[in-house]
Formats: sequence, C-alpha cells, structure tokens
Amino acid sequence: MSIQVRNIAKRFGGFIALDDVTLDFPSGELVALLGPSGCGKTTLLRIIAGLEKADGGQVLLEGEDASAKHVRERQVGFVFQHYALFRHMSVFDNVAFGIRMKPRAQRPPEQAIRAKVQRLLELVQLDWLADRFPSQLSGGQRQRIALARALAVEPRVLLLDEPFGALDAKVRKELRRWLRQLHDELHITSIFVTHDQEEALEVADRVVLMNRGRVEQAGAPEEVYRHPATPFVYGFLGAVNLFHGRVDGEGLRVGDDLLPHPAQEGGLSEGARVMAFARPYELDIVPGDEAGGGIAAKVSRVLSFGVTARVELEGSDGQHFEVELTRERASALGLAVGQAVRLAPSNLRVFEYEEGAGI
Amino acid sequence: MARTTRVLPGFGPTLGLTLTWLSLIVLLPLASVFLKASSLSLSEFWNVVSAPRVVASYKLSFGMSLAAAAVNGVFGLMLAWCLVRYRFPGKRLVDALVDLPFALPTAVAGISLTALYAKNGWVGQYLDPLGIQVAFKPLGVMVALVFIGLPFVVRTVQPVLEDLDIEHEEAAASLGASRWQTFRRVILPVLLPALLTGFALAFARAVGEYGSVIFIAGNIPMVSEITPLMIITKLEQYDYVGATAVAEVMLLMAFALLFVINGLQAWAAKRTGRDR
Repeated sequence: MSIQVRNIAKRFGGFIALDDVTLDFPSGELVALLGPSGCGKTTLLRIIAGLEKADGGQVLLEGEDASAKHVRERQVGFVFQHYALFRHMSVFDNVAFGIRMKPRAQRPPEQAIRAKVQRLLELVQLDWLADRFPSQLSGGQRQRIALARALAVEPRVLLLDEPFGALDAKVRKELRRWLRQLHDELHITSIFVTHDQEEALEVADRVVLMNRGRVEQAGAPEEVYRHPATPFVYGFLGAVNLFHGRVDGEGLRVGDDLLPHPAQEGGLSEGARVMAFARPYELDIVPGDEAGGGIAAKVSRVLSFGVTARVELEGSDGQHFEVELTRERASALGLAVGQAVRLAPSNLRVFEYEEGAGI
Repeated sequence: MARTTRVLPGFGPTLGLTLTWLSLIVLLPLASVFLKASSLSLSEFWNVVSAPRVVASYKLSFGMSLAAAAVNGVFGLMLAWCLVRYRFPGKRLVDALVDLPFALPTAVAGISLTALYAKNGWVGQYLDPLGIQVAFKPLGVMVALVFIGLPFVVRTVQPVLEDLDIEHEEAAASLGASRWQTFRRVILPVLLPALLTGFALAFARAVGEYGSVIFIAGNIPMVSEITPLMIITKLEQYDYVGATAVAEVMLLMAFALLFVINGLQAWAAKRTGRDR
C-alpha cells in the first residue's frame, strides 16, 4: 500500500518537530527515514502510524485520507525501538495477541491461530522459543518477535522505529541483512527510522534525509550518496572533509591556499563565501609544501591495516582532515608523522555558505 | 563448602540478632496470647468465641475490611493512574495528601469522620433525608476503613505503574486492541500482583484498626461493634482470658487470609512470568 504525507506540521510547545513535510512512499518499497536525533523522523513515523496527531496536513494511505483514523483502524504494523513486548505473555501469546483481539466474528478458530503463529515464528526463525517469556530472550530475538507480532495482523504497512538502535554492532549487522531478506520475501511497504547512515544506505530502497523537521533529500541510496543536494546531506552521509573559503577567480581561496575549481560556472559570484566538501578518497597527498599545490597540512597519524590506508592530517588552523589512499600509494609516499604535505582534491563539491548547516 | 567473600562480614551475628529480635518483638506476644487462652477448656473457649455478639463482630470486622479493601483497590488504582500518567496543577499536593491517613492520628480521623457523617454533620445532613445513615452504622465502619486503607493501595501500585511503559499500550492499540482489551489484557495483568499486595495491606490494616472506627461506629451491640472493641470490652470487665480467646480467633483468621492472599500473589506472579 502506498503512503503519502502532505504538508505535515507538528510542534511540541515552542519546538518545531516537523515543518511542512510532504513525501511519497511508493507501494512495496523499503524506505529509510534518516537524520540526527531531534530531526523529526520518529515523530513523522508516529504520525503515519496514528500514535501522534499532526497539527496540520494529511496522511494518505492508499490515496485515502487517514488523518482522522485511530491507530487501531489504520492497519499498520509498528515495531518499537525497545520492542514493547508484553512481558507477562509468552512469545507465542505475544505474537497471537493481535489476532486474538479481533472481534469474535472475525477471529479465526484457535487451531488456525496456532498454525498462523507457528508460521510467523518460523518466518522469524524463532519457532523454538514459543514457550519462553520475553525476559528470557536476547535483544535481537526480542526485536524479531516484535516484528512477528506486528506482522500477525497482516498490516498494510510496516513501520519500524529505530529497530536496531538498542542492539550491539554485530547483531545489528545480522538483523539488517535479515530485514532486507524478509522484505524481499513479503514486499510489504515499510518505513524504518534510523540515525545510522550505513544502515539506511545498506538496507533501504530509498533514503529520506531529514534535518530540523524538514526533508533535505530523498532518493535511492546511490543517488543521495553520489549527489548530495545540500551541505547537510553531504556531511551526514559518510566521512567528509570540509573546507571553508571564498570564490576567487578561477578557484577557491581557502586560507592562504588556492584550490583550482570552476566555482563561478556553478552560479557562485566572485568573493562569495562557500563550503567545499571532499570525501576521504577524493583527496590526494602531495609531498612538499610549496604553495599552489593544494592545502597545507601536517600528517598526524597513518593507519594502514585495512585494504586502504587512512591518513589523518591537521590543517594549519588545527582543522582535522582524513584521506584514504591505496596501500601502494601510501608506501610510495613514505609518510612520516609530522611531515608537511599538501592536499589536492580530485573532486570537490561546493555549496554556498550556510549558517549552521549541521556539520 | 564454597564461601563467597563479602566486603562486610557478619552473617552469624546478624542472623542471630535478627532471630532474637523477631522472637522478642513478634513471636513472644503471639505465643503469650495462645498460652493465656489455653487456660480455658475447649468448650469454655468455644462458648466465648461463638457468643452471638462476638460472632456479629467478626462478621462486621472482616466483612467491612474486605469491602473497604475492595473499594480501595478500585479507587486507589484510579488515583495512582492519575498521579502517574497525567500532569496537572496541584499534583504534588494530591500526591502528598494520599499519605495523610498514614500520618493522621486515628482518633483525629475518627472524630472528624463522625462529625462529617453524623445526622447533623456537613455530609450527613444531606444523606439523612435520602435514608442513608452512615455514622453509627456498619456503613460508617466501612467509610473509616476506606479512609485509613487508601495509601496502601496507591503506594504499592504507583511504582509498578511508573515502570509500565506507555509503549505497551501503543503496541496493543496498533495491534487492534480496544481500550478495554488494552486495559484488561496488557495493563491489569502487570499490575495485578502489586494491586493484590496493596489490597492485602489495606485489608490487614483495616482488620486491626481501632481508633478511627470506634467513634463513627457507635458501638451498638450486634450492629456496629468491631472485634477489637470486643477485646477491649472484655478487658474492661477484667475478663483477660476471654479477651485473649477472641484475640486468638482474630489472629488465626488474619493469618489464614494473609496466606490466601500470598497464594494469590504467587499465582499472579507466576502467570505474569515474573518468577521465571
């Protein structure tokens, strides 16, 4: 089922949680709402579920205005960050809860309920835990049971609020992959909220980036990563090096150094304050410190235990830079801690300066 | 035997001291009750404890205590819910007021309740034309017992309610449960052990209550005499043995009821999966 939100606004006292948010969630997709804490992503999810009431705007479920509908009637499956399993019920009873709460006329016979719960427990690969109580399960198991419980009522959409937020790194990674597989099996329209960019990029079909109650960018993971629309998106998705400077003729003036960049072609006027971004792998290190070859920096640390070598550097004003090189390139350079070098970007993304762009 | 090392030593002395203390403070007086009463022969004992006036007092004491504890179970739960779930002006004051029946001398409570519910009292004057008499009737006894038992229920339920995440209710609603189903299936089972504890405490307190009840009860034989009053009456007539015989019956009944309630609690705890 498709979900659309139209001009949703929400305030908590003086705090604007959501500011005129309009989004489309096409049917059958797995979408990630990504942003820092306090950006409004959870509030948006709760408004879609009907757990929170918007101050203005509409939520359309399959084109039909659901704004006035109670959460009970929206047929959404909601998975909470802290699972919210009923601790006085066994795993089986937790999963069966939604079916047993149906009015008598719609309730299937007990035998059918048993079979269905069994199927769901098999789906989440935990059928051997049916008789346990939630307190006897690990965090990852609880989250999968919570998911099975939400799926039991055959929801039209699945909403997950930071589903892996309370789990440790290894379990998170496992569950992520598992969620993706599950979605490929069920094809139920799903939205999940996360503040972990890696999680969002890895799992979702589409990523919606939010900041301060607004949507910054929405698109496929590849697209938002390769072509960030705003400085915020650039900074939020992955490690990044930031240069503050001004447009100066054919290039950018950063401190005393000049970076060649066709900034004026991008519609920026001479002398405009800008912020320029480069990913760690888009910077090269040039030995020597003669002017004109890039930005002056000093090597402060070389980490070469992975496939690539990571070099941490310090700019002249104490700014931190991070460069990723191939191991061959790093050993050819023969970098030593404290060595003065130049940073030459192979690719720069330039934005006009924005106050507090959130980086 | 494997011994665990503790920072603070002293298992032996503390256990010894605890047992001695418990014996002196609790077991010795109880034993003396049995001892004193045992100077009666079985038939004499039976005659004393089954006298119509005494039996009427059992019915009143235990019946009204149960009723009062039940009333407190319902309204105490509501009060606790209100105090935990909502924010309103004067909340801290209401919260403090709940403890008042603990702190108030029982005689003060008794006299003020009597003044309120007597035929010419503030409340009694409006109830009287409706044919409802509170003071000097069993109903008056219950009013006093409701008053003194309230804090027990509120204070035992409150912390459990604070622990109960609102997410559970939201989860139930998102799974299609109605308001009543959410309360009945999700909230109540979790609260039940605490509610039973509060009920038991309120009940135990009510059975033993004396000060606040005797004023409003009016102490009419066969109608509004509570069992503790029967004991006092016998003492005043220098019938020490008779007094202890009645006391013994009270003690046994209170024990039996506490056992039942403890059993209920254990059952409720088991059902909520807490002992696993």
